[in-house]
Amino acid sequence: MREITYLEAVREAMSQEMRQNEDVFILGEDIGVYGGAFGVTRGMIEEFGPERVRNTPISEAAIAGAAVGSALTGMRPILELQFSDFITIAMDQIVNQAAKIRYMYGGKGKIPMVVRTPSGSGTGAAAQHSQSLEAWLAHIPGLKVIQPSTAYDAKGLLKSAMDDNNPVIFYEHKLLYRTIADVPEELYCIPLGQADVKREGTDVTVVATAVMVHRALEAAEELAKEGISVEVVDPRTLVPLDTETIINSVKKTGRVVVVHEAVKRGGYGGEIASMIAESEAFDYLDAPIKRLGGALSPVPYNPELEKAHAPQVNDIILATKQAMNKA
Amino acid sequence: MNISKQLKLTKDFSEEKLIALYKEMWLIRYFDEKVDEFFAKGMIHGTTHLCVGQEASASGPCAVLEATDKITSTHRGHGHCIAKGADVKKMMAELFGRSTGYCKGKGGSMHIADVDKGNLGANGIVGGGLPLAVGSALTAHMKKKDYVTLCFFGDGATNEGSFHEALNLASIWKLPVVFICENNQYGMSGSVKEMMNIEHIATRAEAYGIPGVIADGNDLIEMINVTNTAVKHARNGDGPMLIEAKTYRWKGHSKSDAKKYRTRDEEKEWRKKDPIKQYKEALFNVGLLSEEQAEAIRQEAKTEIEAAVKFAEDSPMPTLDDLLTDVYA
Repeated sequence: MREITYLEAVREAMSQEMRQNEDVFILGEDIGVYGGAFGVTRGMIEEFGPERVRNTPISEAAIAGAAVGSALTGMRPILELQFSDFITIAMDQIVNQAAKIRYMYGGKGKIPMVVRTPSGSGTGAAAQHSQSLEAWLAHIPGLKVIQPSTAYDAKGLLKSAMDDNNPVIFYEHKLLYRTIADVPEELYCIPLGQADVKREGTDVTVVATAVMVHRALEAAEELAKEGISVEVVDPRTLVPLDTETIINSVKKTGRVVVVHEAVKRGGYGGEIASMIAESEAFDYLDAPIKRLGGALSPVPYNPELEKAHAPQVNDIILATKQAMNKA
Repeated sequence: MNISKQLKLTKDFSEEKLIALYKEMWLIRYFDEKVDEFFAKGMIHGTTHLCVGQEASASGPCAVLEATDKITSTHRGHGHCIAKGADVKKMMAELFGRSTGYCKGKGGSMHIADVDKGNLGANGIVGGGLPLAVGSALTAHMKKKDYVTLCFFGDGATNEGSFHEALNLASIWKLPVVFICENNQYGMSGSVKEMMNIEHIATRAEAYGIPGVIADGNDLIEMINVTNTAVKHARNGDGPMLIEAKTYRWKGHSKSDAKKYRTRDEEKEWRKKDPIKQYKEALFNVGLLSEEQAEAIRQEAKTEIEAAVKFAEDSPMPTLDDLLTDVYA
């Protein structure tokens, strides 16, 4: 197999799908000759032309709505929202329209659209360009929410998102764009709602999303040196959530740390922790469930402060040891 | 000279169609009068927004459309739905929350839709339908389909950001969409005089480089003519137009409105411009309709609405199992 970056995997999935399905098109700000703010669509307008790679004005409400309206009438749009923070401006169309149309209309009409959007901190972009707001979207019935952590997952999950007949929010983490993995050349699907055990272990389960998967794996490597065996579970999709894989892992290890970059209060980790507590895994717990999340502040600019905002490898190591009563 | 020409219509309609439009306006009026009555009696729950007095700005534009054309509607959308060919039985059943309703009782007054027949839905969010209409028009453009999308919204929606974004986007992409602003003078309690510093909303079109037209929203014939021009313009690939239909809602904003923000004199003045009466007189003048025929048609409409009520009342409620269906496709 050949190695490509996460960014290339996203582009390749879109391009391959667009070659075989003429209903699929992409719209967004600066996605034309500029190639998108992060370069994901670079080269696409040259291949597919300006009709199918539609460069839009800076109008998040209208372009989100145009995606919803075109999906309702037979297209399969991919909306690139330049930064996931800008979803605030597109929120009516995503939350009040896309998520609810099928239900409100009694099961008529479908909205097959993908909102691809870069999230997360670590780039120095400060408070309005660094958030992780996935819990907001996961809260809304009618939406699906995906957070791929590797290039392999990104390609397979994006294909499933494009095949899905519902509005899907596809979060791309900015720090992961340049990461490399073995990725098949052909298109393939990773089913939505299928978690991936990124590392097997026996002592503690760490449920981690997006960039935290990589930090959890690093922490696991360190902890292994101290004889602590960590299992890293990557849910990959928040909605639908593969509860079974998480529950089975916790039943095996009896200890769990949930870690995400999003602000801890109201973050999706709370949902995962509650789900575990409500499940049969509760009886297997040998320690309280631990949660790690972003600090209760906006994301700061200063690099040291920014780092302190999000959980780092050492935080995960510490939390894992606490779960083991070894801190 | 044929009847359409005598009526100064720019589009040819058969005599049957012209008479059907008269009946349609009565259907709209009686539908909403009936809904008003049921709300007052507490027979249906939730809320509703009635378009009594605005029949011409619904029937006129939709009269121009082909079956394949599409509309997006508003919270005050019963008239648009009926004008786009909705079955009043299924509409009434929806308001009664029955499983035979357009949305199986899950949508209610503000969400009546019939996607397969081109009604892309009413909308509970002011201005929410504008970007959707642009998207529908984008599909027509990309799939090289001949349909036009008519986008209804009120004066209040033109102060939303979505109005600005949608009109600009439709303009730069020259999409086949017609924006119809039903200026009924009030966004809930806020009058247009208080909420904008311009006299005519149609002048906002200039900001997007598209034509803007002011029309008497209570004059069915004028509404047909301006929409006909705009639909041709859109179908011809010349992009969107903005129509401002000046009209008035006779009833309050929703079921709980004491109408303290306007005078009874103002209401009386507008009632003199009754769109149904105006159209009836136009039909009298060209000899297409007699007083007896008009009365018979009015009765027919009334009977149809009574039958719709009966259908709704006799229809089954959804089951609790329906709660969780239709969330995902």
